[in-house]
Amino acid sequence: MTLPRTPSQTVGPYYAIGLARRPQNELADPHDPASVRVIGQLMDGAGMPVNDGMIEFWQPVDRRWGRCGTDADGRFSFVLTKSSATPGEAPRADVYVFARGLLRHQLTRMYFPDEVDANAADPVLSALPEEDRATLVAEEEDGALRFDIHLQGDRQTVFFAV
Amino acid sequence: MSDESQIVLPDDPSFGGEVQVDYPGYRSTRLRAPNRQLVTLPESFHSLDGPVYGEDALDELDHDLTRHGDGEPLGERIIVTGRVLDEDGKPVRNALVEVWQANAGGRYRHVVDQHPAPLDPNFGGAGRCLTDDDGNYRFVTIKPGSYPWGNHENAWRPAHIHFSLFGRAFTQRLVTQMYFPGDPLMEYDPIIHAVRDPKARELLISSFDLATTQPEWALGYRWDIVLGSGRGATPMENPS
Repeated sequence: MTLPRTPSQTVGPYYAIGLARRPQNELADPHDPASVRVIGQLMDGAGMPVNDGMIEFWQPVDRRWGRCGTDADGRFSFVLTKSSATPGEAPRADVYVFARGLLRHQLTRMYFPDEVDANAADPVLSALPEEDRATLVAEEEDGALRFDIHLQGDRQTVFFAV
Repeated sequence: MSDESQIVLPDDPSFGGEVQVDYPGYRSTRLRAPNRQLVTLPESFHSLDGPVYGEDALDELDHDLTRHGDGEPLGERIIVTGRVLDEDGKPVRNALVEVWQANAGGRYRHVVDQHPAPLDPNFGGAGRCLTDDDGNYRFVTIKPGSYPWGNHENAWRPAHIHFSLFGRAFTQRLVTQMYFPGDPLMEYDPIIHAVRDPKARELLISSFDLATTQPEWALGYRWDIVLGSGRGATPMENPS
């Protein structure tokens, strides 16, 4: 027996009532020296910030998870430590994107910029064209990691089928 | 929106259960729907477990949206219940189900919502619960009102409750909306019609259930939710 899946619908503009009642964007202790802050901006196809989006960071191997709504400038932030990696893969965070206007959430990945060798050997990352690969690797910026997400357009972030 | 004929496109069963992410009648998709092909991940990815919620204990009244003010909220009291299943028909146990909705007048308790309908001091509009061993969830709330939303001339959303679900597997994540049977506004709504297959749209509509209805107290609605199996993706692409 295979039941048909319930279809997706947009999270809409008012998701914060139900999903952002309190901060949940720390996947690790911010005082842990191994922790790093991830900052980023969610942008639409015109390069404008998406101020009513919601980002989830997942580290499924470690069963860690967090979420953060975007602010007026489309910005989000997380605290995390580098996840354990499945053998043969580079460490990463899995990232779900939700927003008004997104009828289905989108899945992307954030890889770490200091894992040059592991990133080069990662089967998913290395299979992508170079310019696409760049959309998935965070950049170091003032002691934090910067990871912007572009929903559409020439700079669109790579999204994965779920 | 200039072309009103685009708001509700003809049915197209070829989409199956998938929503059309670049559905033109929903204006906000235009700059937000990704337009490049999705990249397929290795099979092993899909069996990754979901997160652990142990530290995030739920309160006893989190499932009852009518008990958070000094008095009862205005509106028609309802019970919304159903089962969360996977594609094999197995119950998804311990799934976190979160809901949010407008009040009976069609107003959200959110700073962005400026619809000139009153806020209800006794209604916040958010709830959550975990499914039991048979996959059952249950909320007590009030029936949300319809509201205008500016997508096109005279656009009104049909009454709906937003649902967010975390299953066992990472890939069982779902955010969707539950509608009410017989709501005439569904016929004109581009968000539900972005699900192009009429059979799949029906999966978003709850059923009135007399057996769930409690005499002298609340009307009952049933709505089952089916998540992916967590075994692997059906290859699916964003339309280009």
